[in-house]
Amino acid sequence: MTAAIQVNSVSKRYGSLVALDAIDLRVEPGEFFGLLGPNGAGKTTLISIIAGLVRASSGDIRIMGHDVVDDFRAARLSVGVVPQELAFDPFFTVRETLTFQSGYFGLRDNGAWLDEVLDNLGLTSRADTNTRALSGGMKRRLLVAQALVHKPPVIVLDEPTAGVDVELRQTLWQFVRRLNREGHTIVLTTHYLEEAQALCGRIAMLKGGRVIALDTTRALLSRLAGLQLTMRPRGTPPASVFAHRIDERDGVLTLRLANANDVARVLADCAAAGCEVEDLEVGQADLEDVFLQIMSDRPARRSGFVNA
Amino acid sequence: MSQAVLAPINSASSPAVAFRTLLAKEMLRFWKVSFQTIAAPVLTSVLYLLVFGQVLATHVEAFPGVSYVAFLIPGLVMMSVLQNAFANSSSSLIQSKIMGSLVFVLLPPFSHWQIFGAYVLASIVRGLAVGVGVFVVASAFGAPTFEAPLWILVFALAGSAMLGGLGIIAGIWADKFDQLAAFQNFVVMPATFLAGVFYSVHGLSPFWQAVSHLNPFFYMIDGFRYGFFAQSDVSPWISLGVVAAALFATSAVALHLLARGYKLRH
Repeated sequence: MTAAIQVNSVSKRYGSLVALDAIDLRVEPGEFFGLLGPNGAGKTTLISIIAGLVRASSGDIRIMGHDVVDDFRAARLSVGVVPQELAFDPFFTVRETLTFQSGYFGLRDNGAWLDEVLDNLGLTSRADTNTRALSGGMKRRLLVAQALVHKPPVIVLDEPTAGVDVELRQTLWQFVRRLNREGHTIVLTTHYLEEAQALCGRIAMLKGGRVIALDTTRALLSRLAGLQLTMRPRGTPPASVFAHRIDERDGVLTLRLANANDVARVLADCAAAGCEVEDLEVGQADLEDVFLQIMSDRPARRSGFVNA
Repeated sequence: MSQAVLAPINSASSPAVAFRTLLAKEMLRFWKVSFQTIAAPVLTSVLYLLVFGQVLATHVEAFPGVSYVAFLIPGLVMMSVLQNAFANSSSSLIQSKIMGSLVFVLLPPFSHWQIFGAYVLASIVRGLAVGVGVFVVASAFGAPTFEAPLWILVFALAGSAMLGGLGIIAGIWADKFDQLAAFQNFVVMPATFLAGVFYSVHGLSPFWQAVSHLNPFFYMIDGFRYGFFAQSDVSPWISLGVVAAALFATSAVALHLLARGYKLRH
């Protein structure tokens, strides 16, 4: 099957700076795909090349089989991009903005779909408001709406929830999930790793312009087996407990443990040492832990703790 | 996960609709602030007419049998046409570059020809709108004749198209408002001002006559004025050749920059 996005050995250099270093990536139709990495990893550069806003130094990208340079018309009709930077045209109202954007894609009589987009993003009541008068969150919604005017099979969201309130995040994810169920391919970058964990079926992690991890979210999470235990000890826990320590601040101790037996053993050791335990919490490793482990150059944390 | 592949929208998308939408948006952009983009330049030109028309009327000899005010009006009209055509495409580009909203034009499937065409046409419309405004108001002070109206139209269209293209080049090149202002104040303003708006270059010394003949704006104004009086400093055909060459050159550069994505798709 034709890939939704096929990235072939794409590099981007700005003078001596290598923003992307021979990236290969394939996103299948219908996927909910996450693109994660620290600032400067190259996520936005990659998205900009997909969108046709930046030209690759070498390599090529196809969207639904269409080369983004040679066949830019079909490629750009196939993708909707929500840029990271909050931009708006101050001359127009929300509805005018969407009608123009729809027209730019060569579509007319698109009002029914535009109404649906407005409705789903909670913008209907602001349809006749000038974009200048919108709050930051509303401008962000409009930016999402503008990316969807041509009902693109591939939707790319570059940090759509940066600095927006909980309500918008929920509205947005509800809508994006629905679009994904209806067959739209979604590519998402975000710094909120819990969002990526909850939404994305597969994740690529970028660092220094390279893909350093690419796997299903489930497989990535299973890389960090074990449990994380936080507690507030009253007194000094014995050395056997401190051996599992990964963090300690404000009197709260965080331990990495292999399994439930370890939890029982830690509590027994504390009790034997006469150290009471408060605010006990046990949880699974989450994507943030995996992310930090993959991003750090040190050997995997797991070997340091679980096998200790 | 759904394996449904959405039907491509390509068949429903019309490049003609896309072009017309961009053109409409570029025109609506200046129309929504027409007090500033049309009324203000009309007022400026009328002030020139009042001041220079009064002060210079008895000192400057223009064409035989043509009053100075009548001579001045086509010059002021054409100067307004040119300056406003330039202002339209250049300010639209620099504003949307700085606001970040240019991305909304760069993301859709526009070709460089479509972007060029829409910005230049909108510049022509703005230039002509201001030109007509200046002419209508100025005519109250002494209406010039229309000896060869086709030339009027040809030079107004070619001149505003060339300045629209130049505005695209300047708008792409400038990263900041003051760079664009510098281009406007140090290139476009002097070139239009010194192109014989206020005088006939025949009254100048041979050196300054020669300098004026290097200025393409001189030919735009001279050819435009020929349409009113059937008199000019050089033949309108020569002027047409120079203006056509300048139009071709600026269009070629503007199209090349748009096609390469210079400073736009870096």
